[in-house]
Amino acid sequence: MYTTELQKQPSKPVAATEPQELIDAFEARVAADEFIEPKDWMPAAYRRTLVRQISQHAHSEIVGMLPEGNWIGRAPSLRRKAVLLAKVQDEGGHGLYLYAAAETLGTSREEMIEALHTGKAKYSTIFNYPTLTWADIGAIGWLVDGAAIMNQVPLQRTSYGPYARAMVRVCKEESFHQRQGYEIMMCMANGTPEQKEMAQDALDRWWWPSLMMFGPPDDESPNTAQSMRWRIKRDTNDELRQHFVDVTVPQAEFLGLKVPDPKLRFNEATGHYQFGEIDWAEFWNVVKGEGPVAKERMHDRVKAWDEGAWVRDAAAAHAAKQHSTRQAAE
Amino acid sequence: MTTASSSAASRPDPALFDYLLRLGDDSLILAQRLSEWCGHAPMIEVDLSMSNVALDLVGQAMLFLDYAGQVEGKGRDGDKLAFHRDALRFRNCLLVEQPNGDFGQTMARQYLFSTWQRLLFQGLVKSTDAQIAGIAAKALKEIEYHADWSAEWVVRLGDGTPESRERMINGFAWMWRFVDELFQVDEIDAAVAKAGIGPARDSLRSDFDAALKSTFEAATLPLTPLPAAVLGGRKGHHSEHLGHILAEMQHLPRSYPGAVW
Ligand SMILES: [Fe+2]
Ligand SMILES: [Fe+2]
Ligand SMILES: [Fe+2]
Repeated sequence: MYTTELQKQPSKPVAATEPQELIDAFEARVAADEFIEPKDWMPAAYRRTLVRQISQHAHSEIVGMLPEGNWIGRAPSLRRKAVLLAKVQDEGGHGLYLYAAAETLGTSREEMIEALHTGKAKYSTIFNYPTLTWADIGAIGWLVDGAAIMNQVPLQRTSYGPYARAMVRVCKEESFHQRQGYEIMMCMANGTPEQKEMAQDALDRWWWPSLMMFGPPDDESPNTAQSMRWRIKRDTNDELRQHFVDVTVPQAEFLGLKVPDPKLRFNEATGHYQFGEIDWAEFWNVVKGEGPVAKERMHDRVKAWDEGAWVRDAAAAHAAKQHSTRQAAE
Repeated sequence: MTTASSSAASRPDPALFDYLLRLGDDSLILAQRLSEWCGHAPMIEVDLSMSNVALDLVGQAMLFLDYAGQVEGKGRDGDKLAFHRDALRFRNCLLVEQPNGDFGQTMARQYLFSTWQRLLFQGLVKSTDAQIAGIAAKALKEIEYHADWSAEWVVRLGDGTPESRERMINGFAWMWRFVDELFQVDEIDAAVAKAGIGPARDSLRSDFDAALKSTFEAATLPLTPLPAAVLGGRKGHHSEHLGHILAEMQHLPRSYPGAVW
């Protein structure tokens, strides 16, 4: 997920120097589902974890503009072009609110971007897969935005106020994206044989990476318990993944497409779909930066940032000149 | 609206059809260029602004090209016109198809286009064709923003640092030869102006020059005489760039004729 903990190591315990009464008061507020605001006292580990989670989410939105941006120029109708442009623009907007939410914790956008570009910060593994046909734009909206919603709806009640409020805005737009993606899939699944083939091929390629978006299985997520206690995570990875499968499989059936999992079957007793084993070796490789187009994604981001430096410098220089002219006039 | 479309259906008007293609194609091709930036801009705020401008332009293109199809009366809609015409049939000005270059070059192109488009649409809102007047009224609000936004960037980059100043000058240097085409009057424009459908293009020149003068002063940039004009877009004789733009834009609908997306 955009927000999944991609750190394999358990995080360091709370520093012993923090006064116990502050910690207790903080924990009690969080347990009572109160929002923590930027000026409130918070444990250093909470702050660190949040910066990591929110900035990773922001980076995911921004890197996520690339695979879809890849198809704006080739969108097959004017309406599809407009919808895709608006969608990718929304994702940039999500990145912007999320960077702003993370900045309230005392880390600047530049520092976060620097961490992304040096590989210190992560972003969702899903964006390291290529968009090969127009059906991929449908599949991303349907599956990737669909998975993002499942993860983010609970975060509207997350304990950190600015993050929760950002999620409210983001979630509204993500459900639009999901519907638009599904509509593209519908059009193609009911289209010509070639379109149907593209739709099935897109599902074949995006299904497993979408399940991986929910992150490692619960028994390999050492920080889940603490994140849940802090209310910065509200469901476990496996719970969310199961929910996604349960919701999505009938949608695939409705499209007349086949989910690429021979072990998939509905379990009458549990009321859930059982599904096959995820290739966790692939997942950890992608986390490490070895996804099929990870190099392209980082190359594009770093290039945009480096080549934009003169523009940012010029804007700052002009603003400074304006400021001093105004001061001189006063 | 009803009068305009019913008269369009009863009496196909080749000059109006061509004029609508000019309007629609300008917006479409510039949108196509701007969306190349999407995800690659110097900062997120600029990325959002550029896709916003591109989105407005796609919207304008849809309206003008759909209307062009109605006026033509051969059952073509905006998509048919956008994706199934070749370069010789495109009527956009050469300015909008110019490469993005760096951000300075992109802003030079945007500023010149939007400043001109604002003046043009201020005339189009008074069009005797109700449908054009309606589209223009909606679009003018968007274009005002595009023109102001790009002018602000011209000022920022012109005045910013020695590097940004040089890049801004170079960006304009690429674009100057395509400015005269915006004001060129041919028989289509003459017919359209005579019918009160659109303003006479040459009448926009003095306001355009005045806008440039004031922006360039604020940007501390030198205004020099324009080089020899390059013309041809309105007749379908484009730069080498347009064929590549169309190859990308039209590839899917042309590869799968008859498919609905
Ligand atoms: Fe998003
Ligand atoms: Fe998101
Ligand atoms: Fe989205």
